Amino acid sequence: MESIIQASYFIVAAIFIIGLKQMSSPVTARRGILWAGAAMVLATLVTFLAPEIIDSETTGTNIILISIAIAIGGGYAWRSGQRVAMTDMPQMIAMYNGMGGGAAAAIAAVELLKATREASHVSEITSSSSTISEVLGADVAILGILGAIIGTISFSGSIIAWAKLDGRLSRSKLLPAQHWVNALVALATVGCAIAIYFSSDLTTIVIFFSLALILGIFITIPVGGADMPVIISLFNALTGLAVGFEGYVLGNAAMIIAGIVVGSAGSLLTHLMAVAMNRSVSNVFFAGVGTNSSSSTETAQGEMKEIQAQDAGILMAFASQVIIIPGYGMAVAQAQHKIWELTQLLNDKSVSVKFAIHPVAGRMPGHMNVLLAEAGVPYDMIYDMEDVNADFKNTTVALVIGANDVVNPSAKTDTSSPLYGMPILDAIDSDNVIVVKRGRGAGFSGVENPLFFSDNTKMLFGDGQKAANDLIQAVKELS
Amino acid sequence: MIEGLAALYIFMLAGFTGYEIISRVPVILHTPLMSGSNFVHGIVLVGAMIALGIAETPTEQAIGFIAVLLGAGNAVGGYVVTERMLEMFKSSNKEKSEG
Repeated sequence: MESIIQASYFIVAAIFIIGLKQMSSPVTARRGILWAGAAMVLATLVTFLAPEIIDSETTGTNIILISIAIAIGGGYAWRSGQRVAMTDMPQMIAMYNGMGGGAAAAIAAVELLKATREASHVSEITSSSSTISEVLGADVAILGILGAIIGTISFSGSIIAWAKLDGRLSRSKLLPAQHWVNALVALATVGCAIAIYFSSDLTTIVIFFSLALILGIFITIPVGGADMPVIISLFNALTGLAVGFEGYVLGNAAMIIAGIVVGSAGSLLTHLMAVAMNRSVSNVFFAGVGTNSSSSTETAQGEMKEIQAQDAGILMAFASQVIIIPGYGMAVAQAQHKIWELTQLLNDKSVSVKFAIHPVAGRMPGHMNVLLAEAGVPYDMIYDMEDVNADFKNTTVALVIGANDVVNPSAKTDTSSPLYGMPILDAIDSDNVIVVKRGRGAGFSGVENPLFFSDNTKMLFGDGQKAANDLIQAVKELS
Repeated sequence: MIEGLAALYIFMLAGFTGYEIISRVPVILHTPLMSGSNFVHGIVLVGAMIALGIAETPTEQAIGFIAVLLGAGNAVGGYVVTERMLEMFKSSNKEKSEG
């Protein structure tokens, strides 16, 4: 029986790696997740036969408890996952990720409690006190406690990230000297961790987990909304690491491999995201965007020129090439379906249409691609920034809808701008720029955008959905 | 079982594997891939089941129960969300050949 289980875990680990590899290409991605899903089912089923579960003194109740917990947790996640709108995807990923971190921490808690019990049992017999490290062995104790810290931080941090993105936690509230408080809590947590290692005290364990919970909350609360994707990705990597460590504690190879693969892949992904946003990971933690608003950026000069939808429609219908630059604003207005309709109309008039996606458009890298895919836009019409930027010079109309900071030319020219250095889409190079925007305010980062005042830019004020509708009408009337 | 140096080798190789998988990924797949890796660490469910399996006192059982609950949420939620996202990726060529 044991060998069947181990063989299954081996297969599961292999399929996970192949599945992730397939998920890194759009052609095979779907197959990848289906395979990985099947592997997960296999892993869960064979675990019911594991000797730890079957040979336990409390087997009957525990198997029932396991089944109930899977039914409740899985059922809830199934329903919420099916219902969530594509725009709300990032916070759901944060939520599920937090659950994984919590699970890893809870595994560690069970192991530590058991070890405490055994230690007191040993001291009763030998009448000399025993420690957790002696009961578990140094390697298991260290990795177990480390996994507990990481998992707990990932749990509480992810829940905060979810609450923030879901609009349940409005502004970043900074405690006075937050960083010092964080450092203090972190030190206390590490202190408790060391104390646990050299003792077997139940109270210390409780304090330890409480401190780690608080630490996760404190770390995440000051992080600005724009940096949330980086944080979620980081917590994703951390959960992977925690799972890998707890896998070592339980001697489970599938957990070790899956956990560490995710840990390293997630770390790299976090780094790529931070680079795309021109932020370093430490920057994200130690400075929130907007807190450094004292750096006075020169306000852009000039008038915004307004354009009516009808004129904009004519301009686009007789263009040779139109590049559409969508941002999160488009998704919020649910305008992507209308935009796709507009694209098809323009294609019928033999206008070449491309979609240009900035690496951080949306709330996460690739989020915008998902939203466009949902609307039916084929992925080969969607271009990455590097591939499309040179093409703006040959473009009649760049249509910016719901995007702002990612086309802000001051990222290239104004050294005092907080955006300075961030790569942008060179919409300003095209013959005409039409910006669909709800109001005259600044973007997500609060930085003024000189593009809006440029000579070749015209503003189409209004809600994204309505503006797209008006543009469709305007183009239709021409035929 | 997996101990000491053997585990260290697994840690190292798994680390490089994860790095390799991600390093050549187009930006359009970052979110689905993050979601996919989020699903993969849902394997924590297996560990949670074992933790509940070896639990003996009511406190341990309660914590183990929470572990399985959360682990199942991670695995199932991660799968559903990733699958929904990837379902939508199709190329225009394929669409034409189908319709």
